[in-house]
Parts: sequence; C-alpha cells; structure tokens
Amino acid sequence: DTSLAEVNSFSPSMPISPSSMINQYKFEDEPELRDLFITVDDPESHITAIETFITYRVVTKTSRGEFDSSEYEVRRRYQDFLWLKSKLEEAHPTLIIPPLPEKFIMKGMVERFSDEFVETRRKALHKFLNRIADHPTLTFNEDFKIFLTAQAWELSSHKKQGPSLLSRMGQTVRAVASSVRGGVKNRPEMFTEMNDYMETFSQKINVLDKIAHRIYREEREYLNEMKEYGPIHTLWSASEEDIADSLKGVASCIDKCCKATEKRMAGLSENLLPILHEYVLYSEILMGVLKRRDQIQGELDSKVDALAHKKTEKDLFSEEIGKLEDKVECANNALKADWDRWKQNMQCDMRSAFTNVAENNLHYYEE
Amino acid sequence: RAVESQSEGQCAPVDSLWRRYSEFELLRNYLSVTYPHIVVPPLPEKRADFVWHKLSADNMDPDFVERRRIGLENFLLRVASHPVLCEDKIFYSFLTQEGGWKEMVSETGFQLKADSRLKALNATFRVKNPDKRFTELKHYSDELQSVISHLLRVRARVADRLYGVYKVHGNYGRVFSEWSAIEKEMGDGLQSAGHHMDVYAASIDDILEEEEHYADQLKEYLFYAEALRAVCRKHELMQYDLEMAAQDLTSKKQQCEELATGTVRTFSLKGMTSKLFGQETTEQREAKIKVLEEQIQEGEEQLKSKNLEGRDFVKSAWADIERFKEQKNHDLKEALISYAVMQISMCKKGIQVWTNAKECFSKM
Repeated sequence: DTSLAEVNSFSPSMPISPSSMINQYKFEDEPELRDLFITVDDPESHITAIETFITYRVVTKTSRGEFDSSEYEVRRRYQDFLWLKSKLEEAHPTLIIPPLPEKFIMKGMVERFSDEFVETRRKALHKFLNRIADHPTLTFNEDFKIFLTAQAWELSSHKKQGPSLLSRMGQTVRAVASSVRGGVKNRPEMFTEMNDYMETFSQKINVLDKIAHRIYREEREYLNEMKEYGPIHTLWSASEEDIADSLKGVASCIDKCCKATEKRMAGLSENLLPILHEYVLYSEILMGVLKRRDQIQGELDSKVDALAHKKTEKDLFSEEIGKLEDKVECANNALKADWDRWKQNMQCDMRSAFTNVAENNLHYYEE
Repeated sequence: RAVESQSEGQCAPVDSLWRRYSEFELLRNYLSVTYPHIVVPPLPEKRADFVWHKLSADNMDPDFVERRRIGLENFLLRVASHPVLCEDKIFYSFLTQEGGWKEMVSETGFQLKADSRLKALNATFRVKNPDKRFTELKHYSDELQSVISHLLRVRARVADRLYGVYKVHGNYGRVFSEWSAIEKEMGDGLQSAGHHMDVYAASIDDILEEEEHYADQLKEYLFYAEALRAVCRKHELMQYDLEMAAQDLTSKKQQCEELATGTVRTFSLKGMTSKLFGQETTEQREAKIKVLEEQIQEGEEQLKSKNLEGRDFVKSAWADIERFKEQKNHDLKEALISYAVMQISMCKKGIQVWTNAKECFSKM
C-alpha cells in the first residue's frame, strides 16, 4: 500500500500504528489526507534539586492554516499530558477522550524509570496524541494546539490561566450533587443500553487482559525451560559417536524453537497486550463519560423540578432551562456520534490485534 | 505367541499385577547372575518417575499401567531376540509354565552364585591393572545415566509449561463467547474464534500423551546404562579376585621359600615368637612346607582357571557390548526421529488451528 508508505516517511524513526492509520482512512468524514502528524520520542531524564522526571520530545508536522508554522518540536512531561487530558474533558464532557498510560504500575515488577517502563509509556503517549489528532472534534481544540506548539514557559503561563482549582472543585461538587438527584430517571433508552453494554464489556476486557498476560507469563516459563533443554542434547552428543550428529541436530532445533518463541512473545507484548490494556482504560473512561452525561441531564431535570414549584420566576427559569435543554441535547448528540465512532475503532483495533496474534502464531509454528 | 499369553496374564486383578512384576524381577535377577557378561535388558520403572503435573504419579493410574505393560512386553521381546538369552530354559518356562516357576528358579541355586559384594554399589575395589576398555565403558555408562536423567527431568518441565500455554488459551474460548453476546457485528467472528481456541487448548493432551512414549524409550536406555555398569562391575570384581589370588599365591611361595632356606625376609609374629620360644623342629618345618606346597599347587591351578575365566568373560562381554552399542545407536536414532516427527505434527496442528482462528478474527 504505497499511500501508507508515503505517510510513514514523515517519521522514519517512529512507525505509526497501523490501526490509527486505518482510523484515518475509514472513519474520517472527509476523505482528506491527514494534515497533522505527531510523534512522541526521545525520552530524556531531568534531574533537579527537588525531583527527577522524564520529558518526551513531541514533534508535530502540519499543513493546517491555523498553525503559524509547519513544524514544531517541544518537550513535554507526563504532567503536561495529564493537564491536556483534563482540559479536554472539561471542554467536551461527553466526548470520549483517549486513555493516558497510568501514573505508575502497581505490579512492582517494573521500576519507575526503567527502560521498559519508559518505552511502554512513550508508546502510549504517542498513541494518545494521535488518537486526539484523529478525532474530528478534539483535533481542533485550542489547548491541544497549545500543547503541541508552545514552548515550556509559554505552556506554564497558559496553564495558570485556566479556572482555579477552587472553582473546578466547585464544579465537581455541584456535579456530584446533581448526580445524586439522578439523571438516571429520564435517561433515554439508548444510554441505558450503552451503560449495560459498557458494564459487560468492561468485565470481559478486564478478563481478556488477564488471560493475555497469563499466556505471556506461561510462554516465558516455557522459554526458560527450553533454554535448558537444548544444551543437554549437546552435552550428550559429546559422549556419543554414532548418534552425536542427530543429538546436535536436535539441540539446534530446540534453539531455533526458542528464538521463535521469543518472537511470539514480542508480538504479544508489542501488539495485543498494549491494546487490551488501552481498552481496559477506555472502559473506565466510557463509564465516566456516561456518568457525566447523566449529570448534565440531572442538572436539567432538577431545574425542571424546581420550576414546577416556583411559578413566579417562570421566565427566568425557562431561559435557563432552555439553555440546559440545549446543553443536554448537545451532550447527547456528541456522545452518540462519538460512541459510534469509538465502537468502530474498537472493532477495528480488536480485529487487527487478534488477527496479528493469529499471524504471529502461524509464523511461530511455521518456523 | 508365548509372549502374548504372558501379556494377557497382566490383565489379572491388582494383587497379581504386583506378583507378576516381582516375577519379572526374579527372572531378571536370575539372568543377570547366570550371564554376568551379558548386558541384560532392563525392566520398566517400578514407580512413575519424571512425571509432569498432569500425569499422576499413581501406580494404579490406567495410563501408567498400560505403559508399564508395554514396557514389560518390550523387556520380554528384548530377551527373546537376544542370541544368548533366548536359549535359556528358565526364560522359556517363564513364558510357558504357569505354576511352580518360582520353585524352578530357586532350584537353580542362582542366589548362591550371586555375589553379595555386587549389591554394595558404592564399594570400590582397588584393582591394580584395570582394563582400560572397561574403565572407559563405566565412565560412559555413568555419563549416559546422568545425561538422560537430566534430559528427562527437563523434558517433564517443558511439557508442564507447554501444557500451561495451551490450556490458558482455552479461557479465551469462554470469554469470547460471553463477549460475543453483546456485540452485533463482531459476535459471529468472536464466537467461532473462541471455538478454535477451545480446540487448540484440547489438542495438547494427545500431543503430550504421545511424547510419553518417547520418554519411555529414553528411560529404557537410562536403565540400560545401569545394566552396562553392572557388567563393568562384575569384570572389576573378577579382576580383583584374580589379583587377590595371585597376591596370595605369591606370598605363600615366599613363605615356603623362607621356611626352606631358613631366612626370614619379612617380619612375622611367628618368626618373633619362634625366636623367643625357640626354633621349630625340622619335622614341624617340613610339615609346614608340605602343606604350603599343596596350597601353592592348588592356588596355581585356581589362578590358571581364573585367568581363563577372565579371558572368556572379557571376550564374550565385548561381543555383547558391541551388539548392545549397535542396538543402542539404532534405537536412539529412531527415537530422536520419532520425536522430531511428533514436533512437526504438533506444529501442523497449530498451523491449522491458527489459520482458522485468523479467518474468524478477520471477519470480526
């Protein structure tokens, strides 16, 4: 596919994930060529008196008019990504914001700044930004643009401009309060279905994640034993004459099997495991989005209830209610559209991930 | 035919199985003692060893019993096809005579011939002129034993792990099925892929069962290594006895000479006491010399026959060892080939399953 090859030439060091490419070509409304290319690479350690942290290089290439330049290179740390995600959630409460890699891994096997951990995180951050870039709405978000283009000091000052921590807390409290009153009462059928679906999906994806990890571990144990198994045959061949060659042959075959197993394991850890993990995170995100929609609805419903009790201030209320109704409708539509998009992507991702697993296994057995 | 009738005897109730096995042991002991220069085929293991977790270590487990039956049958076939052992009458009656066989065996008195020193496995006999070939053979049998038992142990662990990998894939089947219930477009693909995962998980049972036969073939040679060492030990013992007899003869000749010439070359308590309590009379001395001369003559004859025995032993032992070597090389090569064939078949099955799964996934 030559068109894919062209796109990849922009970032020779960084292969763009095939699934996001497929997203581009299948699910964008306009069949335009992609005009925003982002890579996340080159992790660097920074040591100050207070802390040690890692920054990643974010390179953006674009042909869009809104951008002053066609190329940007900035350094960002994990905190910055967290900031971006929360801004996006604020601006678009019922859109599905892609997942960020977790702050730390609880399993305790991987150290905070081990190469493996940093690389896994880097890949996930790369995917995060690209998913945003692919999203028809989020890609035009102002904070996103600033994230990609601003120098470090510019970003810091911009961050401080946002609503204060206190006001944000206030919003959260109100949201929680309204959710207690429940938007669940008047929830449209569609969203109840979504909720039910997400509950089951969440369960299943978590189990799949565990199964895939278990398989990886078993394969690793198998590999360890095989590594001991081969050399025994070589040792034996040293005592033999006639059958020495046959034994050495077996030893070298076992060695090849070990290499094939390593490849298979690498396939799992590069492909299936990250995707399953992403969708575990996605299922949490989606539950959150559905809750937020319910909250917005809850605000409307509580105002409507209040109106029923206060006939005198009817006019004032109706304007407010009108606004809230619009808000609810927008939220619902946004969610509905994004949901469909998310489902398509999910299907695509799962299909390619599992097909990849099957292919890896085929190669393994063929070798 | 005679073999068949014995194998049928194996199907008798549980108690008689144990007695039967002990009778096999008796037969083998008899053959080992009666033909010390022959590498006697080994019996299959008494207890399940080198098991991986799925296979039970239970001696009553039907799979184990079946494999042991095959092992015993194999033992009899080996004996029957051995140029020397097949002629043995006790072996023949083991196959043909139902009752009274045990008595017949004890009547041969072979237990008396059995050298109890051989049972002390760790006892070393300091042999002054060891036969290099036998020393090398003993080393080889030690190496063979150690390498095969190591191999079998690791193979069991590999089997265990492989079992794990396959079986966990079975979990995919269940989850895919549950997941497919909530999906519209992906549902069919998931469901059928899940089915293939179940097939994959189930396939490991047959694969590993077949591998057990390979393990059994290796085990036979593990035990053969012991039989090989036994022959070396018997030779060693023979050599030792020979050297002892020669030494004894030499010292008697020396004593004789001393008495005859009256010179005492070596210190002896007798010499001292005779110095203290007076010399013996000439008659006493002459009587002693006579006894010694008789003993010396006996000793020389014995030494001659021992030497002859030794040379015969070495000759026939090496003939059998050469035969054994050829058999071993042939059998092990075949076993390795069949192992490779098993692996290929396992991979072919894997390719089939994953090709099917891939198709299902791509339809999701």
